[in-house]
Amino acid sequence: MSDSANGGAAATISITVEFTGGLEILFSNERKHTITLPARLEDTSQPTISYLLKHLVDNVMKDDRQELFIMEDNVRPGILVLINDADWELEGEENYELQQGDNIVFVSTLHGG
Amino acid sequence: MAGVEETCASLRAQISATEAHLAGLKRDLANAEKVAQSTRPTNDEQDEGHKKTEYRWPLLQEEYRRYGRQMIVSQIGLEGQLKLRSARVLLVGAGGLGCPAAQYLAGAGIGTIGMIDGDTVESSNLHRQVLHRTKNVGKFKVDSAIESLRELNPHPTYIPHRTHLNPEEAPAIFNQYDYILDCTDNPATRYLISDTAVLTGKTLVSASALRTEGQLMVLNNPPRPPGDPEGGPCYRCVFPKPPPADSVTSCADGGILGPVVGTMGVLQALETIKVITTFRPAVSQSAGSTSKAESPSLLIFSAYSNPQFRSIRLRARRANCAVCSSSATVSLDSIMSGSTDYVFFCGSATVPSLLGPNERISPEKYRQRYPVSTNVDKSIMIDVRDKAQFGICNLENSINIPITNILASRSKPAISDANRTELPTWVPTELASSESMDPIYVVCRLGNDSQIAVQKLKELGLDHDGKRYIGDIQGGFRAWREQVDPEWPEY
Repeated sequence: MSDSANGGAAATISITVEFTGGLEILFSNERKHTITLPARLEDTSQPTISYLLKHLVDNVMKDDRQELFIMEDNVRPGILVLINDADWELEGEENYELQQGDNIVFVSTLHGG
Repeated sequence: MAGVEETCASLRAQISATEAHLAGLKRDLANAEKVAQSTRPTNDEQDEGHKKTEYRWPLLQEEYRRYGRQMIVSQIGLEGQLKLRSARVLLVGAGGLGCPAAQYLAGAGIGTIGMIDGDTVESSNLHRQVLHRTKNVGKFKVDSAIESLRELNPHPTYIPHRTHLNPEEAPAIFNQYDYILDCTDNPATRYLISDTAVLTGKTLVSASALRTEGQLMVLNNPPRPPGDPEGGPCYRCVFPKPPPADSVTSCADGGILGPVVGTMGVLQALETIKVITTFRPAVSQSAGSTSKAESPSLLIFSAYSNPQFRSIRLRARRANCAVCSSSATVSLDSIMSGSTDYVFFCGSATVPSLLGPNERISPEKYRQRYPVSTNVDKSIMIDVRDKAQFGICNLENSINIPITNILASRSKPAISDANRTELPTWVPTELASSESMDPIYVVCRLGNDSQIAVQKLKELGLDHDGKRYIGDIQGGFRAWREQVDPEWPEY
């Protein structure tokens, strides 16, 4: 409340994003990324997982093969999204509002055996 | 000549040693069988007038000795051991997961162990598929595995199924067992196993591994009929849609460390033992019942991360799951009839055929055009395998640019001569020099990635609008080995 009252346009949140199961290849082979996002978006809403996905594709991903991460504006089938060690389906999926310090993990399913 | 005779003598010696070993094993087996017969409780039918003293104990003496160390663990006890002995467990897959899983389950005294796999043992399996022996290369994996398991523990009943699991037979096979382990290596079979396990009411212990990572889930636990929300989620609840076929990497292509997949197989055995021996009432009668199954989770193992293990809370059954919900569309009939089509559902990876015939050259033709003695400066060979594979074997004077590096750079819109300086950093100076007309050849392991690389190089304008030849070695190093160099390492 006080943030927006102060007009804190520069206020940001910092979250950790991790990639495993081979997805790290799409992100410069780095498993762990620290991502800084605005605490409030222009329409004063909080950034969600959807916002994060777009941010990752636009600003973090260097690989050409977007289809290995995103399909129809959502994560592609075969990728689990984990919000603080829980399946994102327990937390509201792409509409989950990110909090300072959140840990978001993208896991690609493995099939070898 | 002397060398050949030496080899013959050495082989003869090895054969006689092996035969002696075999004779010893046969003798041991005969003795063990005699002991087993004399200690087995006698049946009433064998009554010969006077009753033998009835055997008072539920396990054989040998079994107390064999399983004692695990029976004195409070979570197992005699009751747990008896449950293990009466359990029937099916392992689908006798590879990197199935071998260690079966080894520990057999060791623990599971009563009936079935293994299903249509593959035969290959040399490239031996570093991780720990039940198979070098001498068994070429044999059915299930036969090779069961041979080892019998040596480990002769008590269980072992059932080999020498076929790949298929939709027509899966329900009938699953019905012979109580618990299922998914030790397979492809999405289509994983969905078939999960669907059949749900519809035949079996708990499923599922694992997978690739490179340095593994994943493990216990599914349909507790097993409940479709529509019962108390049942554990199934594979489709967690992954309603299969991944695009092109995103699926096999151990043959991606590689796998033996202890990584072994860890996952051992964990499967552990979870199976836990599920079998954990007390759970068939139906929770009182609301206050506490002995519920553990809440569903996904265990992720990553050998080179810290921490190595991480457990993720998973969702419950999906209300609209195609298999385990009340609105299910998959049934045993739809599986067996083929109307649930797993191959179609999961698709198959497209083998790229991106280049025209004039952009490809066979290894043989390449060698004719560039005999070994020729000055190599006249052409450029680019090897797009990754660094580790390049390090195993490479052609002299070839340049290594891993395909992942090539794909990892966003391609810019068509480049005109004016801004050629914008070439991505992976382009070596030999290629970037604008005057050179030396032809460029691209090679990889099998001849797929090389085609993608050729296209990328052309997109970057390195072919000078078609004036400079860029093409790939058709069939990659596999064809190279067949046509040009039989000594090229096959890995």
